[in-house]
Amino acid sequence: MTDTRTPDFLEVDSLLAPDERQVRDTVARFVDAQVLPVIADCFETGRFPMELVAPMADLGLFGPTLSDYGCAGLNHIAYGLIMQELERGDSGVRSFASVQSSLVMYPIHRWGSAQQKEHWLPRLAGGQAIGCFGLTEPDGGSDAGTMKTRAHLRGSDWVLNGAKMWITNGTVADVAVVWAQTDEGIRGFLVEKGTPGYTTRDIPHKFSLRASVTSELFFDECVLPAASRLPGAHGLACPLSCLTEARYGIAWGAIGAASACYREALEFARQRKLFGSTLAAKQMTQVRLAEMLRRIVSAQLLALQLGRLKDAGRVHHTQVSLAKWNNVRAALDVARDARDLLGAGGITVELATIRHLLNLESVITYEGTETIHQLIVGREITGEEAF
Amino acid sequence: MPCPPSGVSAKMGPAPGPAARGREPSYLGYVWFQLEEVGTLRILAIVKQVPDSNAAVKVTADGKGIDQTGLKLVVDPFDEFGIELAVQLKEKRKDVAEVVALTVGGDKAAEALRVALAMGADRGIHANDPAFETKDELFYAAVIAAAVKKESAPIDLIVTGKYNIDLDAGAVGAAVAEYVDWPHIAAVTGFELAADGKSFVARRRIEGAEEVVEGALPVVLTIEKGMVEPRYPSLPNLMKAKKKPVALLTSKDLAVDAGLAAGLQFLSLFPPPPRPACKMVPGEPDQMAKELVRLLREEAKVV
Repeated sequence: MTDTRTPDFLEVDSLLAPDERQVRDTVARFVDAQVLPVIADCFETGRFPMELVAPMADLGLFGPTLSDYGCAGLNHIAYGLIMQELERGDSGVRSFASVQSSLVMYPIHRWGSAQQKEHWLPRLAGGQAIGCFGLTEPDGGSDAGTMKTRAHLRGSDWVLNGAKMWITNGTVADVAVVWAQTDEGIRGFLVEKGTPGYTTRDIPHKFSLRASVTSELFFDECVLPAASRLPGAHGLACPLSCLTEARYGIAWGAIGAASACYREALEFARQRKLFGSTLAAKQMTQVRLAEMLRRIVSAQLLALQLGRLKDAGRVHHTQVSLAKWNNVRAALDVARDARDLLGAGGITVELATIRHLLNLESVITYEGTETIHQLIVGREITGEEAF
Repeated sequence: MPCPPSGVSAKMGPAPGPAARGREPSYLGYVWFQLEEVGTLRILAIVKQVPDSNAAVKVTADGKGIDQTGLKLVVDPFDEFGIELAVQLKEKRKDVAEVVALTVGGDKAAEALRVALAMGADRGIHANDPAFETKDELFYAAVIAAAVKKESAPIDLIVTGKYNIDLDAGAVGAAVAEYVDWPHIAAVTGFELAADGKSFVARRRIEGAEEVVEGALPVVLTIEKGMVEPRYPSLPNLMKAKKKPVALLTSKDLAVDAGLAAGLQFLSLFPPPPRPACKMVPGEPDQMAKELVRLLREEAKVV
């Protein structure tokens, strides 16, 4: 068997605490044993591996940074390492865990009522319930403040109208965290599957994140009891802070996808003979492999420092933007170069690289496009808003 | 796998008396046994930390050891079977008081112990002393046996892998059994403990057949692959394992026969020589056959 671990050229391992390494190794083992054997077929047939939800919950992968409701109470480095390992398997599997943890459990835990927490968090942690997060709309996602989905009061009930798009887990979710414009500003609502006026539809014809469910949500005079609103959530800053959580995980996840591609390219280069020597013995190949490793090592150190800042309570969302941008860009560059190096074989899902490459085209777009993150950092250093 | 040494298997049968079980009958112990109707059995799982089987192992320049830099260490996969069996017994039965995980190794071995605790062991024993470092499984077993004898409440069942993937000698279980003077059953594929918590039936795979043995506790079992499927330690359990008690033992705490440490002299480690390049014989089949015979006769000198 080949070594599937992420490369560790700069002994970054020595900067991790023993329990952080142990969490990573536990999840790595799960990914090797249960994700990798099925994921290429899932991608090819466009199927989310629903059978992995229960084992993922048993392992404690949902809401792992929470320390109540049966969750593990891990620090954010350990959380990042979980995301790294899951995405070494597949961005779609990592997306499932990201959404469940950062975009559904996080807002319910932070802004939900006691009743909402008691009802949903144990179910979401245990995998008995799946969640989704509705912010992006058909007319766009980057300018979330201009959302068209509206909620208005009718008596004590809220009535929801509008549509959400590109929603991971939408059609399989038991609960949707939906953000809508109200007379008082943006508010969050928990919408249960089966609520009259709430329908979902899968988005077909995807060539990316094929092992993940991506959906549209529709709200047509959808009546919600007052207790459906997240009482603590006021304003656009709330959904944006959820995104900061998820983006943090993506900055780590990208390292996993990049590592899988790098490993595959390196293995191939060592074996493939061309014009009398292996590809690995060619200067051009070495430069390309070295470039891949450089990108991965930089991403590792960036993610690690970001995590330490987060655990110290000092991380700023613009730092998360920089890391999401850098690391996903690095992963995409590694994946594209690895795909090329793999030659003809690299176009089939027999090898993991093209799957990662296609997935990363989504990862660089969702949770803030690359351009949005560049402009967030640009605003931070110039003081000028240029969106 | 070889059968257990005849001296050991001959002991199989009725339960040996307390003296043979290597424990001092104590007044306190007696009272405890009288009061508690459930939860008296103690199971000890031996946990060794070994290099991951997928890791590329490098020999150090002095040829005396393995380069530890970046080396991934894991719980021996065969020892995991033992932990799993112990935890399953505790989950299924009311008469199991506790599962104790024991490891012999340096500071890093604490991580292996924590995996065992996260899988469900109740407490750990970490024998950590430079004097315990060895590549001799008999000495390793002697350290384990000393720790077992030191337990204030008696251990009834010891479980471990049928061999460890690092040294591959398969001597640990048998040697521990010898040192504590218990029977030993090797390469166990099935284990049924009777309702009385004393007698058991064990199965073991032998060449072309399965052997069924009966006996009574205490016993040392070495577990064969496939008997149980080790669970993944969940992340919440990994965190909880940090709070479980671990007793640290050094050479001051354990009386190990120093003569045993010198039993096996370790000379050097070296990687196997690389395989020589394959020679291809070109040409038409009849030419190839002639050339092959010539090479076998003149170069390889085997025909």
